[in-house]
Amino acid sequence: MSGLLIDDVSMRFELPDGGAVQALKNVTLDIKAGELMSVLGPSGCGKTTLLNIVAGFLAPTEGQVVLNNATVHGPGPERGMVFQQGALFEWMSVRENVGFGPAMKGQKREAAERVDHLLDVVGLQDFKEKAVYELSGGMQQRVALARCLANDPDVILMDEPLGALDALTREKMQSLVLDLWKETGKTIILITHSVEEALLLGERLLVMAPRPGRIHKEYRLPFADMGVGNDLREVKKHGDYNTTREEILAMIWDMEEEIMGRAEGAGA
Amino acid sequence: MIIALIYVAIFVIAFFAVRFIATFLSHRTDFTSLKTVTFGDESAVRADRRASVISVVAIFLIWGAFTGSSWIPRFLHAPGPFVGDGSFEYVVKAPDGSTDTSSVNWRVEVVRGEGEPIAADEGDGFALGDALMITKYRSGQLIWDKNDEFTRKDGALVVEINGTPVDFDPNMRDDNGNLVQSKPRVKIDNGTVTFTDKGALSISPNEGWQMEPIWLPPPEAVWKRLIEISSEGYQNSTLWEHLGLSLFRVVVGFVLGALVGIPLGYAMGLSNWFRGWFDPIVEFMRPVPPLALIPLVIIWAGIGETGKIILLFLAALWIMTIAARAGVSGVNITKVHAAYSLGASKYQLMRHVIVPNSLPEIFTGARVAMGVCWGTVVAAELVAAEVGAGMMIMVASKFQLTDIVIMGIILIGIIGYGIDILMREAEKYLVPWKGRG
Repeated sequence: MSGLLIDDVSMRFELPDGGAVQALKNVTLDIKAGELMSVLGPSGCGKTTLLNIVAGFLAPTEGQVVLNNATVHGPGPERGMVFQQGALFEWMSVRENVGFGPAMKGQKREAAERVDHLLDVVGLQDFKEKAVYELSGGMQQRVALARCLANDPDVILMDEPLGALDALTREKMQSLVLDLWKETGKTIILITHSVEEALLLGERLLVMAPRPGRIHKEYRLPFADMGVGNDLREVKKHGDYNTTREEILAMIWDMEEEIMGRAEGAGA
Repeated sequence: MIIALIYVAIFVIAFFAVRFIATFLSHRTDFTSLKTVTFGDESAVRADRRASVISVVAIFLIWGAFTGSSWIPRFLHAPGPFVGDGSFEYVVKAPDGSTDTSSVNWRVEVVRGEGEPIAADEGDGFALGDALMITKYRSGQLIWDKNDEFTRKDGALVVEINGTPVDFDPNMRDDNGNLVQSKPRVKIDNGTVTFTDKGALSISPNEGWQMEPIWLPPPEAVWKRLIEISSEGYQNSTLWEHLGLSLFRVVVGFVLGALVGIPLGYAMGLSNWFRGWFDPIVEFMRPVPPLALIPLVIIWAGIGETGKIILLFLAALWIMTIAARAGVSGVNITKVHAAYSLGASKYQLMRHVIVPNSLPEIFTGARVAMGVCWGTVVAAELVAAEVGAGMMIMVASKFQLTDIVIMGIILIGIIGYGIDILMREAEKYLVPWKGRG
């Protein structure tokens, strides 16, 4: 497996009122196969735009995204998505949802065993014939994870997948994401609003800055490796964890304040 | 007005009576019954089935009471029209100024010409007593001077009725020939006496509060009609043919409308060009009530089946188009993105995501469309048809057969309600995920 290259990507679009937005400017990233990268930044820093470009839902105005030596031109099954919520198909059972990808390729029967296995992995074996709307929010996100994995993508793109969950469920899901990452060796890009989550789950952590959206700072962190198979609360007691967290929080506070100040200045 | 007051009274009394009785019965202790804030909490408001039952019973009770129904105990009946004998006295003034007292015996018969005739007390003097037969619910005119010595032509006048002086001379006219004096009204036992323009006496027995059967027949008459028509038919067709043909037209028109409208709606939801092309047409046709198309459809297609089916097709078409379009627009974009990321083709996206996702909207549209079609078919049949529920009540109304009209209206209502219930059940069964996304 070769990696994912985000090559000098810029995104600029015009507004109906004549103005223009520079959502991303000259973003370059080289993500190796099997890396788990978390992306953090204040609202409007272009992190979701970046993810949508990698997924192929948006075309960049400059630059390109290259996966396995092929340029991305649209959505495809080699790049799986996990959304915050609302992406499951209510008219299908849990098992049909997880088996959706293989079914689209006409491999429903061949994939049946893998689907069953994945339902086991995410702990939903007893719920496979249920309708998805009968499940809790955390269970639904586990279905979304399993559905993505069932298609065996090279890269998994997660857009705040745990954002709508309560704190306890969220912690359990973070462990699950780490375990699945280690087990499957997939490349994962995870977008989050939570500094803690970015620290815990990011082997690489990218802090983005707004206006124009760009990479502000990059970290390489040991916590994801420490968290695999361990209690995440133990990881949080680590001294480095807290100093890094304070540093990133201060950084994002500064950015937010700058945005506010600029907005006030524009208003005056 | 009185009926409205009675209805409100029943509503209020039933409310307090049921509440009063309920306090003596054991309370249910489900979750909703434990809520203390119920006023303003919509989820705590459930239809009280006791109220529904009393409501329906009350309607029949009022209907029966005001039509003298034999299904309702007599003491509940509203006062009916007067049937029986009455009499009053009147004083005639002759042209020479002398007066004479005379009397009228009147009898109200139930059916014209079938009552026992009543005799007059002729009495003495120049004015002789009179007798008059009156049919129930009607008034009677008495040519009181017919058998008298002096007639109105001679200048004789009625000056007193049952001791009440009256002042009315039909010969006093202005230049245009209109009456100068207003006509006096005198209350007598069980009736009212007044004058006609020419000075004859007009006797109106009390009508009571009941409705005449030609305006509103009692419930049992409607029921009898239903039995009679369902076995013998009306206007050369059985009842089931009338209703069945109306239903058939609705189903055919609706199915055709859905077959064209749903794909059209999908196309409008998926393609800029289709949206642009059909938007003006759909938005223009949507507010045109299907009833307004009836004249044009009759001109183009006549009053036969074709015309009606075209009309119902048009009624269903726009509703189904808009429902399907809304169903497509209602697809959460993340579902579409998810499906593409899982490798779905455009056709697979359509088949596995867009169509199932739009089904709830389409069902809602279908329910509305069936309702509109049912209303439209009845209206179209009122205008012109040889068989059909609307035609049945229209023809019956021309012959003042109010019982058939009411029976037809009730059946039309029941069928419309039945269609809606069926659609709702089908929806529950076919799209259980509605509103759960």
